[in-house]
Amino acid sequence: MKLFVKFNFNMVCATVLKHELEKLNIKHRILGFGEVEFLETLSDVKQEAFALALSKYGIELVADDKRILVQKIKDTIVDMVYNKEADIQVKSSVYLSETLGHSYSYLANLFSEVTYTSIENFIIIQKIEYTKHLIITQDITLTEIAFKLGYSSVAHLSTQFKNTTGITPSAFQRIVTKRKEENS
Amino acid sequence: MTHNYTHIILADDDEDDRLFFTDAFDELKMQTKVSTFNDGVYLMEYLNQQDAIMPHLLFLDLNMPRKSGIECLKEIKANSKFKNITIAIYSTSASEEDIEDTFVKGANIYIKKPSDFKKLKKVLSNVVTRNWQYETSGLNRDNFLLRL
Repeated sequence: MKLFVKFNFNMVCATVLKHELEKLNIKHRILGFGEVEFLETLSDVKQEAFALALSKYGIELVADDKRILVQKIKDTIVDMVYNKEADIQVKSSVYLSETLGHSYSYLANLFSEVTYTSIENFIIIQKIEYTKHLIITQDITLTEIAFKLGYSSVAHLSTQFKNTTGITPSAFQRIVTKRKEENS
Repeated sequence: MTHNYTHIILADDDEDDRLFFTDAFDELKMQTKVSTFNDGVYLMEYLNQQDAIMPHLLFLDLNMPRKSGIECLKEIKANSKFKNITIAIYSTSASEEDIEDTFVKGANIYIKKPSDFKKLKKVLSNVVTRNWQYETSGLNRDNFLLRL
C-alpha cells in the first residue's frame, strides 16, 4: 500500500528547531520564517553544537546579513507561491518589497549577486515545482492549477512549464506514472 | 551543508566529446571539479570503490562499448548509496520514446549533445545552476526532470 503525505514545511521546520533548541537547553523565541532569537548569549561551543544538530536535517545556520536577507526573500516567495498566490492582488515585486521593507531593485540585485539567478526566475521555478507537486499528489486539472497559481490562462502555465523543464506537463505526468509502475 | 565545489563526472567513450566537455567547464569558471571516464565499466568501478568521492552531477553517454549508459543508469538507481547523484543523459540523438524511457528509468536530465562549443557552454552552465538550485532551495529531486 502507498499513501501520499502532504507536508507543512514551516511547521515541520519550526518543530525541528524547537526540539533541537530544547535539547541543548537554549532559551529562545522562534519568530517564524526561519528566524530564531536567542534570549541568552550563545557560546561558540553551543552555537557549533546547534549548527551540527541542525545539519542532520539539511538545515543550515545563516549568519551573514546578505545571506539572511536572501533566505528571507526565498522564504517569502515560497510562502507566496504555496499559500497565498490567488489572494495577492499586487505584483510580486511590490509584494516582496512591502513585505521585506526594501526597494525591489535592492532585493533583486542582492538576490542575483548571491544566488546567480534572478528573483523572477526563482519564482517561476517555484511555481513549476509546485505544479509538479500538485500534478502528482492531487486529482486536479492543469486548468485548476493555473487558476490556483494566478496564471492568466492554462496555456501560459503550460508554455512556462515546457520552457522551464523542456517537457510538457502531460509528458511529466506520464513519466512519473510509469516510474511508479516500474518500481512497484 | 554547503559545499564549495560541484563535483562532476562524465562517462563517454568519444575522446573529442570528453575534451569539449572539460574545456567548456574550464572556460565557465563555475567552481566545478570535473573527472571523466572512458566507458561504463571504468565509471562503475570507480563509483563502487569504498572511498570514492560521489559526484553531485553525473553525465552519461548512452552508446558506450562494454557497458552502456542505460546499464549504468539501472545499476546506479538500484543502489541507495547513489541516491543523491543527479543523473544527466548526454547523448547525440534518440527517439522520443528512448528519451522518455531514460526519464522513467530515473534520469533527471536529458541533454542532446550540442554541435557547437558556445551552445555546449550555455547548456552545461544551465544544468549546473539548476542542479544547484535543487540542492540549496530544498526542492524535491524526485521531480527534477529537465530536457535541454
